[in-house]
Amino acid sequence: MAVVVYVESENGTPKKTGLEVASYGRAIADAQGVSLVAVGFNLMDHERLNAFGVDKLYNIDTQGAIYFDVERYSEALAQVATKESASLMVVSSSADGRYIGPIVAVKTDAAYLSNVVGLPSQYEPLQVKRTCFTNKAFNETQSTKERVVLSLSSNSYGLHEKPGTAEVLSGDYPVSSNSLKVESVEKVTDKVSIADADIVVSGGRGLKGPENWHLIEDLADVLGAATACSKPVSDMGWRSHSEHVGQTGKPVASNLYIAIGVSGAIQHLAGINASKVKVVINSDPEAPFFKAADYGIVGDAFEVVPVLTEKLKARMQ
Amino acid sequence: MNILVCISNVPDTTSKINFKEENTAFESQGVQFIINPNDEFGLTRAVWFQQKVGAKVTVVTVGDVSCEPILRKCLAIGADQALRVDLQPQDGFEVAAQLAAVCKKESYDLIITGRESIDYNGGMVGGMLATLLDMPYVANCIQMDIASDEVSVQREIDGGKESLSAALPLIIGAQKGLVEEKDLIIPNMRGIMQARQKPLEVLPPEAAAPASKVQVFEKPAEKGPVKLVDAEDIDGLIDLLENEAKVL
Repeated sequence: MAVVVYVESENGTPKKTGLEVASYGRAIADAQGVSLVAVGFNLMDHERLNAFGVDKLYNIDTQGAIYFDVERYSEALAQVATKESASLMVVSSSADGRYIGPIVAVKTDAAYLSNVVGLPSQYEPLQVKRTCFTNKAFNETQSTKERVVLSLSSNSYGLHEKPGTAEVLSGDYPVSSNSLKVESVEKVTDKVSIADADIVVSGGRGLKGPENWHLIEDLADVLGAATACSKPVSDMGWRSHSEHVGQTGKPVASNLYIAIGVSGAIQHLAGINASKVKVVINSDPEAPFFKAADYGIVGDAFEVVPVLTEKLKARMQ
Repeated sequence: MNILVCISNVPDTTSKINFKEENTAFESQGVQFIINPNDEFGLTRAVWFQQKVGAKVTVVTVGDVSCEPILRKCLAIGADQALRVDLQPQDGFEVAAQLAAVCKKESYDLIITGRESIDYNGGMVGGMLATLLDMPYVANCIQMDIASDEVSVQREIDGGKESLSAALPLIIGAQKGLVEEKDLIIPNMRGIMQARQKPLEVLPPEAAAPASKVQVFEKPAEKGPVKLVDAEDIDGLIDLLENEAKVL
């Protein structure tokens, strides 16, 4: 018996979401008295996983294939899960984690439960709390299958170290036919993505135009934050769709969310509800965002934000 | 080209969410239902293929009779025919299993699901359906072009996008970007009139068990009032974030 976690990586280094699922998997493995097995692809500094109590690591060498390959990766995870008699598999809620999770679930005849926030409330049968209605509510969901794949909501569990030494196995699980071929990947490399960010700085219509986005970007730079925007801003083409957060855009589960000139439509608030601390800066004291925020400044973004950026910069130095 | 678009009936994005029967069921009374936005982006792209290359567009939903208004709306937007599997599903796996049965009866070149539905946010139907049918699946699809049998698609990934080549048959998980918001089709009177004449077939469900079951719903705890900081007191805000919220 084992808990199997999929540790995502970037350039051979485990990502924070990967370490979070390892932390979460360790807690479950301890509760059930089973071992924690991690699956990674082309990991270079896998020693990092020793700090998170991984008992066994399948470090799969894809023979030079560098891109995420859903067919190959899902097959490898399914085969490891079967070999290790896994009762539970954990993936993150990243784009790749949520892509591979349902596929692995069907391959291994498992239930799939996404957006999980917190450890199972019971194990037989497995029951977890998850968000639904885009963070407007939660539900307790029970599996009706023997085996479960969970997708853990980012930043919901956090990193918990537990030193150990992982036995490292290699190998590859190539698939016979690849019907999808990744041709290229375009990534903004100098910026942190919304999914990986601890802090997100978001701008709304109150910024009056795309030419004023340096206010958002400068503040985000100082904080090492990702930038985001409201739906009207992306609909008007001021910013790319990939920055749109809300019910039809991306969900945000950061530790700190700073909304500047965002009024706070119900769809936007739903999308960012899982963020831990919310700050709003808006000139309209009646903006709905003030009802959802933890801290707020009623003021002109064009005056407040540059001062905030300067003061934070001075503080960081 | 034969296209199937899988549609979910969901509460309007502005809906206040409430529960009934001791929080074990969603309170649908007074709630306006819409086509799941991610599915609507997919349907719009399908109708584009219908107009450009003469594709036949079928929409399908798994749900009870209360889903029929949104199926009629899909027909008014331009779908050629609608199917409804007569079952109130318990979870995404049950939906995928029913859709797989539909897809085995007729061969579709392209199957479009939404990235996720905005009610249960499972995000699983596309990937599960693809695996059940042994077909390739591209999630979070933000662009798709088809030239004869060559398909080029883009998937949104964290912090960027990935370009893939694929072949039909294919399943994609649609989302915003696949078409723009402004390209969404608002049905006109002619479309609405025609939709009444288009076929809407009700299918009996296949035997399939759900993989999970919701036990109870819960609403987030009421949060305390916002702490307002004077616009002149930026140091005060930084102090609160650092020492009270501990997020800096």
